Amino acid sequence: MDFVTIISNALGELIAPTTAAYALAAIGLNIHFGMTGLMNMGQAGFMLLGAYGFAISQSMGANLFASVCCALALAVIYALLLGIPTLKLGPDYLAMVTLAAAEIVRIVGRSTAMTDVTGGSAGISPQDFTTQFESASPLPDGATTFLLWTYSNNIANSWWVRIVGWVLVAIAALLCWRWFHSPWGRVLKGIREDENAVRSLGKKVTVYKMQSLILGGVFGALAGILFVLPRSVQPDSLGRQVTFYTWTLLLLGGAATVLGPILGSCVLWVLLTFVKEVMRNTVPETFISSNQVEALGWVIVGVALMCLVIFRPQGLLGDRKELAFHA
Amino acid sequence: MREHTTDKSARQTARQTGGVDAYGVQPGVPFQDLSRWATKAPEGEQLISTAYGDKVQKDLAFVEHKPGVHKPDPILVADNVTRRFGGITAVDVDHFEIERHGITALIGPNGAGKTTFFNLMTGFDTPNTGRWTFDGQDMAHMKPERVARMGMVRTFQLTKVMSRLTVLDNMLLGAPVQPGEGMFRSLVPPLWRKQEKANIEKAEALLERFLLIKKKDDYAGSLSGGQRKLLEMARALMRDPKLVMLDEPMAGVNPALKQSLLDHIVSLREEGTTVLFVEHDINMVRHIADWVTVMAEGRIVAEGQPKSVMDDPAVVDAYLGAHADIDLGDDSVLEMTESEEA
Repeated sequence: MDFVTIISNALGELIAPTTAAYALAAIGLNIHFGMTGLMNMGQAGFMLLGAYGFAISQSMGANLFASVCCALALAVIYALLLGIPTLKLGPDYLAMVTLAAAEIVRIVGRSTAMTDVTGGSAGISPQDFTTQFESASPLPDGATTFLLWTYSNNIANSWWVRIVGWVLVAIAALLCWRWFHSPWGRVLKGIREDENAVRSLGKKVTVYKMQSLILGGVFGALAGILFVLPRSVQPDSLGRQVTFYTWTLLLLGGAATVLGPILGSCVLWVLLTFVKEVMRNTVPETFISSNQVEALGWVIVGVALMCLVIFRPQGLLGDRKELAFHA
Repeated sequence: MREHTTDKSARQTARQTGGVDAYGVQPGVPFQDLSRWATKAPEGEQLISTAYGDKVQKDLAFVEHKPGVHKPDPILVADNVTRRFGGITAVDVDHFEIERHGITALIGPNGAGKTTFFNLMTGFDTPNTGRWTFDGQDMAHMKPERVARMGMVRTFQLTKVMSRLTVLDNMLLGAPVQPGEGMFRSLVPPLWRKQEKANIEKAEALLERFLLIKKKDDYAGSLSGGQRKLLEMARALMRDPKLVMLDEPMAGVNPALKQSLLDHIVSLREEGTTVLFVEHDINMVRHIADWVTVMAEGRIVAEGQPKSVMDDPAVVDAYLGAHADIDLGDDSVLEMTESEEA
């Protein structure tokens, strides 16, 4: 049993690009749900569209900036398509529509008819879309060890992805903080509480809801790009479960707080890796196989989350007082 | 009547020059110094001017007591408004006018269509037929947010406060001007800080008047039912409405607060606001209303001064039923009504 490896692997998740990607997606979801009360059950759809928009335009030879714009534009169009028919309906309808729409995006992406564009279920491999991103790095080639962790500087799961990822998260959190404490954020919170009251005060509720849906979706698309950079674009790796993980870590950190999504993402992934590593190192292979460890890790984390929801329903950073007036 | 016309021309010139009119009231800028007024006038002293009230009473004295009557200076004129829910006709109003600067009460038994009529006027519901104008502007098929922007603000029978926002934030949502409510402008505080400060000042003045100033940093969800009514009313006033429509402002408010609420409503009028309210408390109606409109089964069945309208047989019928004065235990009555029907 090697405690240093366990700890360094678990803490490695703290700065992993995937953790940053989930944090960014949860920041977007926080704008939808925490601020505006929109039940978006299809954040993975925004992420997948962002990933496709970036990867496909990169493989076609567009420059980095154009590719990111393409990803964001896709997210905006998707939000408009979703929002126009549903935002006037109740929150449950939006949940159903977003869940279904995210599945449509995934299934269309992996269909054989689209193979020459999206690569079908095999997806788009990293050498087709990450070269420009990697060559944009100012870091020298090779690998660097910092504290416990050693990663390559620029290739694949690199320091470069980590730096870009966490800078994006920091910017998003800063913007969110500004929005949360602005008159615009106040109107969104008002809509979350009672949209008819806000309407009776002369605010264009549908416009605000649409802005919120688009903005959160844009953060989702950025998260999608970040999610696929260290791996490849695979439609099935951005399925329903990604949406549910995002919801879990948002509620874990505390909805309607600025730092909640980031803390939630860090805690969830560190905890999960720690539980799995401990099991791999302490429980003999004959008793629990490595496949079972994978599943059991989720079970244990799931139970821990249930306890959290029961005993601290406002999340780690949430304000208990706010919950007292729910419904 | 001659006095009335001179009043009107005085007001018009005041409007053109943007100055103060004959009564010392600046039209179009209500509520600016609500906070300066005491909640209640001391004995024998009137702090609140009664200029608008006197004028309205003088005007309405000549108006006939019949449903759908024309009034000298209407702010809201509704024609032929109907709303059907399946087979039930909830609202069927042929003609209805609200006198400017008046306090009009809309009363009627449960299910008379008062709230539905409110919803129709403010755009929260769409009528099957009908059109209405507010301050000369066509309002039919207008969205609720535009109705509010035009200066017609309502409150709700089931109070709608934003529970998880502070009382002050609730008030600030009512502010008519705030450039920071744009998504991108909100990111640049210098663009909206100054307006925000002005709005907070206005909100605090109103909260003081409505006895909620101590609660301003609490969540609105922690307020009592009566305080929520007060907050909702204060929030509606943040918009400086021309016509404020209060749906049962007194329901669930304790008697001590009621008196101060009544004072607020009277003082509203003196700031140039027109008030329409739905209420079941007949004492309150008698106390402050200049004009009472009675609805029953979706129609307007009677209109008139509060003192006399209660005696109207149509009103008695609406509330107590057409045979209220007949002893049903008496067999001779039955024979009598049968012979009447035959």
